Amino acid sequence: MSIVARRGTPIIFFTMVLSLMLTIMPLPTWAEEIRPHFVLMAVVYWSMALPHRVNIGIAWVMGLLLDVSYDAVLGQYALALALIAFFTVNLHQRLRVFPVWQQAIVVFVFSMLYSLIVLWIKGITGTAPSVWTIITPCFTTAVLWPGVFMFLRKLRRIYSVS
Amino acid sequence: MVLDHRLHAMDTIRSALTVVVDPLRYLVNLPSDIIDWSSESFVSHSTLEEENKTLRTKNELLQAKLQKYASLKAENANLRALLKSVDNHEETLEQVLIAEILSVDLDPYRRQFVINKGSSNNVYVGQPIMGALGAMGKVIHVGPLSSTAMMITDASHSIPVQINRNGVRAIAVGQPKLQRLELIHQPNNADILVDDLLVTSGLGCVFPPGYPVGRVTEIITNPSLPFAQIIVEPTAELDRHREVLLVWPSHRANKEAQCKGPAEEKP
Repeated sequence: MSIVARRGTPIIFFTMVLSLMLTIMPLPTWAEEIRPHFVLMAVVYWSMALPHRVNIGIAWVMGLLLDVSYDAVLGQYALALALIAFFTVNLHQRLRVFPVWQQAIVVFVFSMLYSLIVLWIKGITGTAPSVWTIITPCFTTAVLWPGVFMFLRKLRRIYSVS
Repeated sequence: MVLDHRLHAMDTIRSALTVVVDPLRYLVNLPSDIIDWSSESFVSHSTLEEENKTLRTKNELLQAKLQKYASLKAENANLRALLKSVDNHEETLEQVLIAEILSVDLDPYRRQFVINKGSSNNVYVGQPIMGALGAMGKVIHVGPLSSTAMMITDASHSIPVQINRNGVRAIAVGQPKLQRLELIHQPNNADILVDDLLVTSGLGCVFPPGYPVGRVTEIITNPSLPFAQIIVEPTAELDRHREVLLVWPSHRANKEAQCKGPAEEKP
């Protein structure tokens, strides 16, 4: 089992790096305001599909990298992502049997929670943005979820990541 | 998080993590670099010639202006000698370094940018950054290969300024939503007019004195409010530059304000 349990680490790594790159990629202002939470989607997918590989620890590291690349207070995205990963790992068996649209709703709730934590910490540290600018990315995250889900599942099956 | 926010205790960890993120930043920056490079290398001969010509004309004009500046400087020194006052604009030429802005997006809720110079080029936290046309911002975090800077229009940025016309001092605070600055705590009858040029006063010990910051575009006076609302448009085209100047101020001009340069700070 231990031999089978470690396959496709480069794929996981690649998708995580890709999500981080999409997050810091320059976009026009209108698109910047609706940029979905790519890192959150990657973390949710992998911790749902392979909870024994990607869980709170990886999410925390991704969050720290997100903190540094956003130049935010160190730990705010890490905390938010780790919490989301915790919920996903807890609910992964239920999430897996949901149809995609239902998963999208759950991802919407997750990304609202994620935004709420970030907004909360930003509020404490005195750089709170307006609430609407933080809600619109949650919608685009949910809308993009089916596509991201199909893409990552395809990747996982082709390279039989387990 | 508290340690990072209040005490900056995590700065070393942050700059270590920046090393991990830096390759990503450069990778993301690559397409725009390639576009720049290709638009530079695939231009026609005539375009280059024309550009060369305009640059030469501009250079001559600047040279002519510089001649005038030399005589004005001498005259200023003479007048100051007559008045027996200290010349505080002597040797205000600072050490500068050109840095390039990496085209990566940061937190969409703040006005920040990343430059391709870091602690390996002696960049320090709080270092002023100038554009060709005026003050742009200052460095807030330094990594080994890149640094993050805050624009003067960031909500948490304020810059001490002076009106060039009459020397009225003020503080300009960033208004990120409007991409503007606002002069705070100015009474309704302050001697500030629309189109006044604001220059850095050098009082905050961050920016060297005498660089342009912005122009007043709008003054709203409401008698029921204690202060006038004065909107300033930055002269530096904040979102159009690719290259910026990192400045190491000498702070010789305002020694009496007890400013310390980066070299004097660390023994």
